[in-house]
Amino acid sequence: MTEESVVNEKSAEHMAKDHREISISQFFEKNRHLLGYDNKIKALLTIIKEGVDNALDATEEARILPDIYIKIEEIDKETYRIVIRDNGPGIIRAQISKIFGKLLYGSKFHRLRQSRGQQGIGISGAVLYAQLTTGESTKILTSTGKGKTHKIEMKIDVKTNEPKILKDEVIDGKEWKGTQITIVVEGIYREHKQSVIEYLKQTAISNPFANITFDSPNGRVEFKRAVDHLPKEPKEIKPHLYGIEVGIMTRMLQETKGRSILGFLTTEFSRVGKKSAEDICKKAGIDDKISPKKIEHSQIVEMVKAIKEVKLSRPPTDCLSPLTQELVEAGLSKELNPEFVTSISRPPTVYRGWPFQIEVGIAYGGSIKEASVMRLANRVPLLYQSGDCAISKAVAGVDWKRYGLSGDKIPDAPVTIFVHMSSVWVPFTSESKEAIASYTTIIKEIKLALQDCARKLSIYLSGIRKAERIAEKRRIYEKYAHETAVALNELTGDEKEKIEKAILKIVEEKWGEIEQELIEENDKETGVEKEGENK
Amino acid sequence: MNEKEVIGKLSGLGNKVLKDIKSVKDPDIQLPVRALSNIYFDEKSKLIKLGDKTSHRSYMNIAHTRKFMQTLLVAAECKKIIDQNVSTSIRDLYYAVKHTIPGTKENTFEEQSESDPIIEDIEATLNTLREQLHLQADRKGYIAGSLVINDTGDEIDCGKMGSSGWAIPSNAEPDVIKFKKCDAEYVLMVEKDAVWQRLNQDKFWQKQNCLIITGKGQPARGTRRIVNRLHKELNLPIYVLTDADPWGYYIYSVLKQGSINLSFLSDRIGTPKAKFIGLTTMDVEKFGIPKNVTIRLTEGDKKRTVEMLNYVWFKPKEWQDELKNMMKVGYKLELEALSAKGIKYISEKYLPEKINNKEFLP
Repeated sequence: MTEESVVNEKSAEHMAKDHREISISQFFEKNRHLLGYDNKIKALLTIIKEGVDNALDATEEARILPDIYIKIEEIDKETYRIVIRDNGPGIIRAQISKIFGKLLYGSKFHRLRQSRGQQGIGISGAVLYAQLTTGESTKILTSTGKGKTHKIEMKIDVKTNEPKILKDEVIDGKEWKGTQITIVVEGIYREHKQSVIEYLKQTAISNPFANITFDSPNGRVEFKRAVDHLPKEPKEIKPHLYGIEVGIMTRMLQETKGRSILGFLTTEFSRVGKKSAEDICKKAGIDDKISPKKIEHSQIVEMVKAIKEVKLSRPPTDCLSPLTQELVEAGLSKELNPEFVTSISRPPTVYRGWPFQIEVGIAYGGSIKEASVMRLANRVPLLYQSGDCAISKAVAGVDWKRYGLSGDKIPDAPVTIFVHMSSVWVPFTSESKEAIASYTTIIKEIKLALQDCARKLSIYLSGIRKAERIAEKRRIYEKYAHETAVALNELTGDEKEKIEKAILKIVEEKWGEIEQELIEENDKETGVEKEGENK
Repeated sequence: MNEKEVIGKLSGLGNKVLKDIKSVKDPDIQLPVRALSNIYFDEKSKLIKLGDKTSHRSYMNIAHTRKFMQTLLVAAECKKIIDQNVSTSIRDLYYAVKHTIPGTKENTFEEQSESDPIIEDIEATLNTLREQLHLQADRKGYIAGSLVINDTGDEIDCGKMGSSGWAIPSNAEPDVIKFKKCDAEYVLMVEKDAVWQRLNQDKFWQKQNCLIITGKGQPARGTRRIVNRLHKELNLPIYVLTDADPWGYYIYSVLKQGSINLSFLSDRIGTPKAKFIGLTTMDVEKFGIPKNVTIRLTEGDKKRTVEMLNYVWFKPKEWQDELKNMMKVGYKLELEALSAKGIKYISEKYLPEKINNKEFLP
């Protein structure tokens, strides 16, 4: 026993040799499921998603109406070539290899402004996945529109997390603007509920200002632009103190250029005045003139606690770029061709210091055949993990029966429920960004919006039912005309057809008045629904 | 009224409606209201009579449209039947007018209970009898006793009809049924067929020199018409024997002064001079009927009895006493209860005693 333990015992020095620092690329290699590469079907979707999200962000930021082209082509068994091309501003040479070749690089992580991507892990993950599964390098063509096209072939060095450039050419003469990426990966192409095609369809709905062309292995699908203006441009904002945790605070204290705590608080955060900053320091027992670099951990903890006790104004909401009702309805209408569509754009509000805004659209009938829920965050469709998502919970929390729709958690009717959350920081439950965390404020906002739309739908449906009931009455007058004419012919000898026509003429003549009475009667019975009774 | 006149009335109804239609007016048919709101008890004749309130059944009233069509269909069918000089049962008529409305899954009539009241509507509105429309109902009543009649040419002796008696036809109008010879002194109208058979077996009508008739429950119009004519034409007193319960008393009242539904026929089928012989709850004490054959009143019975206390035709003191007694003792009796005193008790003791003592309720 003792002998054995001596043999197996390792010294601390020995163990330290094993504890090598691993690069983010190596981490990815071992944990691809966290980033949406769990299986070959989902991998294709994730790549398209990252590519299209980037394309939309790039075009929108440059205030260009997006034209996006996607191609998925099977080049070998379970091996696909993917091409994604946009008409964005293009990328300057110095940025190219970093954007595509370095995980966690990007402009989005360090700023607070509504955009699709959030962590900067996206497209470089696809580059890495390609080289891990097929060993193929990624090809990039990009031009900023000055007659020069950069053609780059690259991989990622998984040990150093640095781009490895294999080819770097400049082609002259071709006048275009935009970026095209070509990736060869292992995958399986399917067209089911959580597929590329569904993702593109929902993207087309939530970005009705984009033209999306998709050459799938089964042929071309076009999602045409329905409106020719972009949503308003979101402004960048500074973070709000209510959303700051100890870790972030520590990092920000180290990075700040502010010379005192007071200066740090008033310049690095939004809506913090001198008085509020002084209050926080006083409550935390910190001298407000001390340098941010000299503050201790225990003081940071005190400070974060003190923040909660100080009343601060809400953050500005111009950092949000909601779709607006017009775009929600345009998107739903163009892709679903519904019989009825309604929407609401809730006023912006705040969860834990982060501004957000909920928009809901409900489309009914037309080409919609069954109930479904579309979940979107910053105009990006969420296809997986619906069970964990705040949106699903809010939908299940609505008493649909109250609005004349049967069904328990989701109405038993041909409806598409579209829920969109805009925020500078969407609280996803995991890195693969598939479900929104269930903050009470968020669920409450979604529910209010759903109820508003449900009420409008129920008014529409009761109108239809009313119209049907009234039309049914008219049919009664018409259907007995023939029999009545047959009987009168027997009794009087007059011609059947003539009598029937004459009866129908009376129906025609008197109908207007009767219909008016029926409508009034109906309104009295049902009571006209009142607006604005949110509960 | 001859057939031409009936056809004239039917066509008249059609022409009136057609005239409305041609002048682009909502066509309607005027009908006497056959409901409690439009009947009255005529003190002079002691009959339930139809008032002069009329209702309009119009095509453009959504609640009437179907019935409007049905009324004309039935009228047209009657005209057809008379034209062909045949007669038919009300059930046949129902099948003749029932068919699917083109372009729908709906029938012109779904059940006979829809066409029967329409026939009564037409009778009432054209002041024409069902028989004149060449319609007849199922036979239901039976008669036995020393009465000779002529039925469409055949001579029938109701004293020689064996155990079943002569079945009274639906149409008992004088042009079909003629009384030839009658030696009976009164008519005993019995609610129940079983009791009628008991009396027939016991040769009650021979011993008592009477006619015995049963309507097998609520008597049909033909049976009521025969009773009416036996009283009117032959001056025979009419005695009615029913169960001692609200339903039995109601049967008596319908026979005597007519019903709300057929109030337009009261003259023909009501017999105001009919008298009630039994059974009553008072008989329990008088005849020593054992209490164990009584039946407790249901809540429905009690409610009905209270209603009857308020009817004009149950206002005579004797009836008020009987109804109040029924409420007090809380039970009712079936005619068969008398068998507790012996199987022939009813024919040999109960009825002869009541008739001899003239112990009737008005």
